[in-house]
Amino acid sequence: MSDWGMQKVALGERLTAGRRYAKGKIVPLPSLPAFLKAVIRSGDRVCLEGDNQKQADILASALANLDPAEVHDLHMVQSGVVLPAHLDIFEKGIARRLDFSYSGPQAARIAKMLFGRKIELGAVHTYLELFARYFIDLTPNVALIAAVSADKDGNLYTGPNTEDTPTVVEATSYKNGLVVAQVTEIVDKVPRVDIPGDLVHFVVEAGRPFYVEPLFTRDPAAITETQILTAMLAIKGIYAPYGVRRLNHGIGFNTAAIELLLPTYGEKLGLKGKICTHFALNPHPTLIPAIECGWVEQIHCFGSEVGMEDYVAARSDIFFTGPDGSLRSNRAFCQTAGLYACDMFIGSTLQIDLVGHSSTVTTSRIAGFGGAPNMGSDPRGRRHPSEPWLKAGAEAAPDADAALRRGRKLVVQIGETFGERNAPLFVERLDALELARELKLDLAPVMVYSDDVTHIVTEEGIANLLMCRTKDEREQAIRGVAGYTGIGRARDPKLVEQLRQRGVIQRPEDLGIDPLDADRNLLAARSIKDLMLASGSLYRPPSRFRNW
Amino acid sequence: MEKLSFRLSSPSSASGTRPQAIVGVVASGNLEVLLERTSPPDVCTIEIATAAHGFGMVWDAVVRDFVARRSAGGLRISINDGGARPDTVALRLAQGVRKIEEPER
Repeated sequence: MSDWGMQKVALGERLTAGRRYAKGKIVPLPSLPAFLKAVIRSGDRVCLEGDNQKQADILASALANLDPAEVHDLHMVQSGVVLPAHLDIFEKGIARRLDFSYSGPQAARIAKMLFGRKIELGAVHTYLELFARYFIDLTPNVALIAAVSADKDGNLYTGPNTEDTPTVVEATSYKNGLVVAQVTEIVDKVPRVDIPGDLVHFVVEAGRPFYVEPLFTRDPAAITETQILTAMLAIKGIYAPYGVRRLNHGIGFNTAAIELLLPTYGEKLGLKGKICTHFALNPHPTLIPAIECGWVEQIHCFGSEVGMEDYVAARSDIFFTGPDGSLRSNRAFCQTAGLYACDMFIGSTLQIDLVGHSSTVTTSRIAGFGGAPNMGSDPRGRRHPSEPWLKAGAEAAPDADAALRRGRKLVVQIGETFGERNAPLFVERLDALELARELKLDLAPVMVYSDDVTHIVTEEGIANLLMCRTKDEREQAIRGVAGYTGIGRARDPKLVEQLRQRGVIQRPEDLGIDPLDADRNLLAARSIKDLMLASGSLYRPPSRFRNW
Repeated sequence: MEKLSFRLSSPSSASGTRPQAIVGVVASGNLEVLLERTSPPDVCTIEIATAAHGFGMVWDAVVRDFVARRSAGGLRISINDGGARPDTVALRLAQGVRKIEEPER
């Protein structure tokens, strides 16, 4: 029989080692390097809080500055690999293995380091999936997290960007791991307690706010007429007929265009109150006009968005806010909401193949998944009915017994047939396959699997894949909306026309969409300044988006 | 500058009475489309001046789809292209034919 309680003993040793550099729970910033060296052991599993938006940047730099001769072979488990320091840790040989979810701005470097064998990759996860593993087989020994303020007992206020913190702390602290927080300032009393102090072992006063990325701000000035046309197709051809009220929007100009068409085009179609009333969504600035026009009833957020803090606080009828007035976000809960309580996910991608698999991986960039594959998948555990879910299920299996027929979540991929630098959206073979071969991965990194996607929308029209009965029909439905890409030009015109007669493919003219309406004047806001004005100046755009 | 020209038979002719319409602007990634009602009613002619060379096959596909999908008979269409993507070209052509159909204001 082994000795029980060894993990608590090990935690006690770390606490004793750390206290040498702390006053109570407070570690002075100059002592941070020595402190980290004292509490982190080689081989530890470390969660360095890198969320979709918020970054524990001070702790990341300090970790990257450790001596690899003293601390090495760390196993990093973290949602976002976002900062250069996150990869410096591997470059220097402090960490060896990585399990992560999203790597947006570091996508090119992470690809290079994987090819150069600088990183041993565990897996690329969706957020919810990685969170789940924190509680099963990837529980951190040490969590390095970020918050706005702390009191001397370690109670933390995260502000609007709570994001992943509660999940990380829950998994680490209750399983005898060590939790270290960086905060902007130490205060007598925190505005609200987002993380109870008895779960937080040490606090470092950074003296400046943590780094946060305005990831969800899209400038309406950059929305093209093709994107407006595509957005009109989505609203009239999918949102309206299915009556989609509960949904999640992926990031991008296509969904931004949809948000900005609700108060204009949506209003004209009489859809107010019938679509887009409940969202799992970050506070997108482009949703301000629709909120102000009374379209939206409720929004739960994964995180916040830079500049939206005051607006959100003033719209507590819509958003979840705390007793201090500011937004309370929570990525794990919002991802769960996006999975189980939303009837539609709509988002963009970089590549779609002929069966409908889609991926944002190219051979030189590994952007990771984030939350899209979670929201963009059909939850097999869902049991509550709703009109869009039942209608989609009926389209997929018209002959099945209605009472025994699963519904289907609407999973919509939207984009123009040609993307950035004229790269075609449609490809014979995903770059993800090449990547998997070169890195000897068991799985190619696929964002949305073909058996989850229900519709593909481009400026050429909507392909309803639920109504395709054979592999051939599916391929021609995809080619039929692929426009003048190589894939599109190789379509079988006769079969595509038959699919159009059956309503599997719907073109703008089939839906009575006037191409003359595809005009920027149809946008409820045409600039960042318009968004600010629509918010009654409550929205304060970051300086890089201010061009007036 | 590459010049392309198409003469396509068009089953249905453009409605409305406007003698001409113009949509778009000549700019990088954009194009200007001038439509005039000067072709025989069952013919659509399209002349293209484009800054991008070597895309004859794509233009061919775009204009053929356009004539098949829209009522373009009787139109002489002149395009000044600043290297627009095919989706922008298709949208401008659709907008042009809609504009010449509209009653004059």
